[in-house]
Order: sequence, then structure tokens, then C-alpha cells
Amino acid sequence: MNQTEAFHERIDEALHNDQMRRNFRSALSGIQAKREQQFPDDAQLQALREQARAVRANALVKQPELLEQLEAKLTENGIRVHWAENPEQANQIIADILDAATAKTVVKGKSMVSEETGLNTYLEQRGIEVVESDLGEFIIQLAEEPPSHIVAPAIHKNRQEVAQLFHRFYPDLPYTEDINQLTETARQILRDKFAHADAGISGVNFAVAETGTLCLVENEGNGRLSTTAPRVHIAITGIEKVVEKLSDVPPLLEILTKSATGQPITTYFNMISRPRQAGELDGPQAVHLVLLDNGRTRIKVDEQLLDTLRCIRCGTCINYCPVYVQLGGHAYGTVYPGPIGIALEPQRLGIDQVGSLTSACTLCGACGQVCPVEIPLPKLINRLRAEAVNAGREASPLIGRGALRNKTEATSWKLWRLVYANAFVYRLFALAATRLRWLTPKKLGGWTRYRSAPKPAKRTLNELARQKGFRSE
Amino acid sequence: MSSNNENPPEAAPQRIYFFATCLIDLLYPNAGLAGMQLLRRAGVDVVLPEAQTCCGQPAFNSGYRQEALSVARAQLRCFPNDYPVVVPSGSCAGMIKHHWPELFAGERDEQQALRIARNTYELTEYLVDIVGIELTDLGRPTKVAIHTSCSARREMGVADRIERLVGQLSAVDVVEQERKAECCGFGGTFAVKQADVSGAMVKDKTAALKATGADIVVSQDVGCLMNIGGALDHQGDDTKAQHIAEFLWDRTS
Ligand code: SF4
Repeated sequence: MNQTEAFHERIDEALHNDQMRRNFRSALSGIQAKREQQFPDDAQLQALREQARAVRANALVKQPELLEQLEAKLTENGIRVHWAENPEQANQIIADILDAATAKTVVKGKSMVSEETGLNTYLEQRGIEVVESDLGEFIIQLAEEPPSHIVAPAIHKNRQEVAQLFHRFYPDLPYTEDINQLTETARQILRDKFAHADAGISGVNFAVAETGTLCLVENEGNGRLSTTAPRVHIAITGIEKVVEKLSDVPPLLEILTKSATGQPITTYFNMISRPRQAGELDGPQAVHLVLLDNGRTRIKVDEQLLDTLRCIRCGTCINYCPVYVQLGGHAYGTVYPGPIGIALEPQRLGIDQVGSLTSACTLCGACGQVCPVEIPLPKLINRLRAEAVNAGREASPLIGRGALRNKTEATSWKLWRLVYANAFVYRLFALAATRLRWLTPKKLGGWTRYRSAPKPAKRTLNELARQKGFRSE
Repeated sequence: MSSNNENPPEAAPQRIYFFATCLIDLLYPNAGLAGMQLLRRAGVDVVLPEAQTCCGQPAFNSGYRQEALSVARAQLRCFPNDYPVVVPSGSCAGMIKHHWPELFAGERDEQQALRIARNTYELTEYLVDIVGIELTDLGRPTKVAIHTSCSARREMGVADRIERLVGQLSAVDVVEQERKAECCGFGGTFAVKQADVSGAMVKDKTAALKATGADIVVSQDVGCLMNIGGALDHQGDDTKAQHIAEFLWDRTS
């Protein structure tokens, strides 16, 4: 099965899962309403977006220096820095750290980058127990599923489904669909894990070069526990998350939390700057940061693709995507779903691998309108579509260019050009279409599964306008 | 008031080019004609260049940029003079205004394309902002739902013009559907390439529209209308889908 067929198969499955689609509709409508409450004033929102965009853009321009500075600062603070070119290296580095610390159990905070590397599977295969401590992640770990959304990984499940899942794994506990009760259950289970884990793994929201500070945004306190309770803390992040100064963080944090979940501020904001010091009672004895490239440097050379790296992983584009709400995250088959996934994954993995994703977009522009750092997502998706069907002569860092070109499609666009690039041919075509309108097919593939077929008019506008005395000059 | 007006308000340009779009020319000519008649009645001299075919958008949005460029280029000679170009479609206006500059970048006729792009208006935008049209409603009371196309809303930023026009009609009751800003699922070739997703989207859109009890859905884009109207018809619903120009002309003439 090629990627396009496989994608369609996953889409088909999603479209037939009515319960899941209802879950998405209700969850996303709720998040949208909450976000909109946070931004009552358009001008203020626009000013904040502009500020956030500028901070991120600046960080990308200065990235090489900032990464050097970050490494120097972190090292000075006693945090070990590791560089990973690709997922395998990142996993290997983390496994080595765990081995050296004879760590057998790990609690994790939420990290999409660790999904990029497939870290959990890798560690489990090496006999290490990994427990996701974010409630959403905990749920999907039980369900053995990947996240369906980058901020709300278990968004596809409703309360009943979560209750049943808990009941299956913890049959001794009384069955409940009460959210607070379920949360309490997870808390009880995790409490023991926090107390006994040898190491904690987390992601990073912003890494501040100026001070060597790792910032971590979260709501449940699990991030704080995962990074302080165990002896060793390993943070993993993409290299693009570095920002220049501490003063860059507040606007980003504000627009991140307001955009992502509609919260004015999250419950917890952790700033990690060093391991436990002599005389301190808690905190890990060792802190490591793994900086992952995984294609980021490659796409960074392209002035347009570079914009993708401004992303702060807030998930807003996903929340507003009219295609995502129909399909959910799993249909995309990639780590990042929705608009940011469509833009990022073909850059990261290659058009020949996941270029078909670009078809799952109406170019409605909703994502670009809400993205807090003004990433021109529709423009990027359109560009990827062009490179998917045409290898082109210009230089491009994209892998697998032209991989989706197919003869039938290319031929029909050539025919289209033949008709529409020549007014005379088009007039003949229009004449035939209107005069022979009874020949118009009643069935037009997928179109007429859901809609009536359009039919040419008796006379074209061109003809009607002449009759009414309009000039053609 | 002084009769010696030194700064007269800028008069509406006397002459415009009407770029009808391929869908309107072939499938919905009455929408185009209505737009031209609205303009003419307001004193604008409307020219419909005969050589026009398509703005190139279908190919551009499908990644076939060379083909899009050839077709877009063929339109340049339709607009030799510096008149405004008025387009009865948000997405085609958006294509010319915002994507031609990218499409023609570095091409020999880039300057010409840029000149036209700068001079392009969506029809309701032109009627409201430049013509300042005043409408007298002659129609019977009716309930109308407005569907603003994504490109009119986001690319062109003119979503409110259609509301202002309909707002001038005394016997029209505007009803609002749920998730008004959500795409109807047309997306040009998206409706073909992702037929089932598009079908699911238009099903949600028509359900929201039907729930309003509107008699008519109006829009600035016949692409959306072909999708929404086609779906309503397929579902056996008699809610009508009509281009805003045709709706306005019908009620005021
Ligand atoms: S692309 Fe923009 S909206 Fe989407 S996750 Fe990234 S920052 Fe958020």
C-alpha cells in the first residue's frame, strides 16, 4: 500500500468512528471558546502575536550562537548538555545516562520530542519501566496509543471511555465516571511511581540562553514532580526551542497558555537552572539536557521553511482545523497532526514518506489566523504541495520532491492549461459545455456522493453580458 | 457648509474591469450578470474583457504552479488599462491579490501582475468601500443565513461587507449559524482529493445552516455555494443557495 492509500484508509476509519468525532467536536468547540475569552481585544492580541513572532524569529536567526551560549551557561550551572543528530542518537544518549545511573524506572512529563524519537518503546525494550505522568499521556499509555493531539493527548477519549480503561487495568477500584475520582485514582497510582522512580524525563518549552534556564509549562504538578523527585532528570528538546533572554519568556508564555488551553496562566511554570546543591533537601542530583536536531538544521537553510521552526507547540492551529475535527490526530499517522503536522512532518520525514498529508487541507486559512507566532501555515502547505508534484530546478532542502507526481493528474492539469490559457480554446469549450449541457454527467466521483452535480448554464456570462449591452473593450 | 470644497471626496472610478471567474462564466452566469448590473446601476462603467478565463487558482492550490502561471499570464492582457479589477468571488480575488505576486515573482511580466494585484477588489468590498452603494429592498420578508467564504474572511478580510449589504435590506432577517467561521469543506480540488472528508465537512455545515431555519444561504463565493447548495439539494432540502450579487439584484430591481 502506498502512503496515499494508507492515509485514505486511516481517514476512512476515522470517519466511521462517530463517537470519536463527537468527542472531538465537543472538546475543540470548548477550547476555542476558552481561547476567544482570553483575547477580547483584537488589537492587543495582534500586538502580542507580533511580539511573540519577533522573539521566535530573532532566536532562529541567532540560533547557532544562542545554542553555544546555552550550552556554556547550562554547563556552568552544572547541567550536562548532549547533542543528538537523530532519534537513534537521542535514545542512545538517554539510555546511556540511565545505565550509568543504574536507573530502572522512569517517570515522564509530557514531551512531544520523545514521541519523535520513540523513546518509550526504546527504553522498554531495554527493560526500563517508563510511566507517563501527565494524565492525558497516562491514559493513552494504558490504551497503548500515540497522542492524538500535541497538547491534549487523550482528547479523542470521552469520560466513559477513560472510565472503562481504568476499570480494565485496575479492576479492584470501584468503577466511576467522575472526572475528579478518575484523576484521584491516577494520582494515587502515580504517587508511588514518583516516590520510587530512579529518573525523570521531561520536555522543555523554552531554553533560555542568557541564563541557562529550562522552562517547563504544565498544569498538573506532574512535571514538577517528574523533574525533582527522582535522582536524575533528563530533559529532551528540539534545538529550535532556545530563546535569547529571560525577558523573551513572558510574552511567549502568555500567548502560549492563552492560545493552547484558554488559560490566562498555567498552574505550574517550572524554571530549572541546576541540579540539587549542597545543603538543599530536594531536587535531582544530576540534570541532563538532550538537544535534538532531527532535520531541523536541514530545513533551516530555507528562508520560507524556516518559519515552521517558530512553532511553540501550542496546538492552536490543530484546535481550529476543520479537517482535524473530522479526523482526529491518529488519522495523520505522524507524531504531529493537524496543520502544524502537515507543514512540519513532510519537511522532517520527507515528501516521499508523508507528502500525502498535504491533501488534508482546504487552505481555509484558519490555522494561520490563530497561530500565535504567525506561522504562514497555508502558504507552507501550498509550497509543499508544489514540491510534492514537481522536483523543480531551484535548490530545496526538502526530501522526496516530486514523489507524488502521477501521470493522470499531471496530464489533466496540462489539459486544463490547454483550455484555460487560451481564450479562443476556452470559448469553444464553453460553447460546447453550454450547448451540450444535457451531456453533463450526473455522477462525478466523490463529489456526487454528497452533493448534486453542477450543470453548465444555457448561456455563458460572456454571452449574457453582450445581450445586456456590456462592453468587452 | 462651504460650497468651495477644496477636497472633494474621491469620486468612484468611472470604469472597472469585471473578472467573472470560470465557475461563474460557465455555471452561474446570473450571479456575474447581477454583479455587473448592480455596478452599472450605481453609475460604474463595467467592462467584461472577453479573453478572460480563470485566475489560475485550481492549479496553484494543487501544486501545479507552472500550469497556474500559464493560465494566470493569459489573463494579463485582459487588463491593459489601470482600471480597478472587480471579482465576484473572495477566493479568486484573493488569488489575484495575494498569490499572483508569489506566482509571478521573478517572471518577466511580474510588474504587470503586481499592478493588477494592487488594483483588485472583491465585489462586495468594492460595492461598499468604493461605490458606497445604497439599496432599497423591494423583496418579501425572508430569513437569510450568510456564509462568508474562508478567503473573503481571512485572505481578503472583507467578511463584514456582505453583512453590511444584507443589513441594508429592510425585509431581510439575518440568522446566524453555529460555527459560522468554519470552512464548508470545498477547498477546490480538496473536494475531489479528499471527497469523504469534504463530504463530512459540508454535512456539518448544512446541518448548522438548516438549524437556523433560513430560507436562503448567501455567499460571496460560488465555490462554497456549489458545495453547500449541491449538498442541500442532495439531501432533498429546499433551502436555496444564492450568490450575494444575485440575491441583492433580485431584491432591489
Ligand atoms: S504552528 Fe502555530 S498554532 Fe500551530 S502549534 Fe505551532 S505555534 Fe501553535
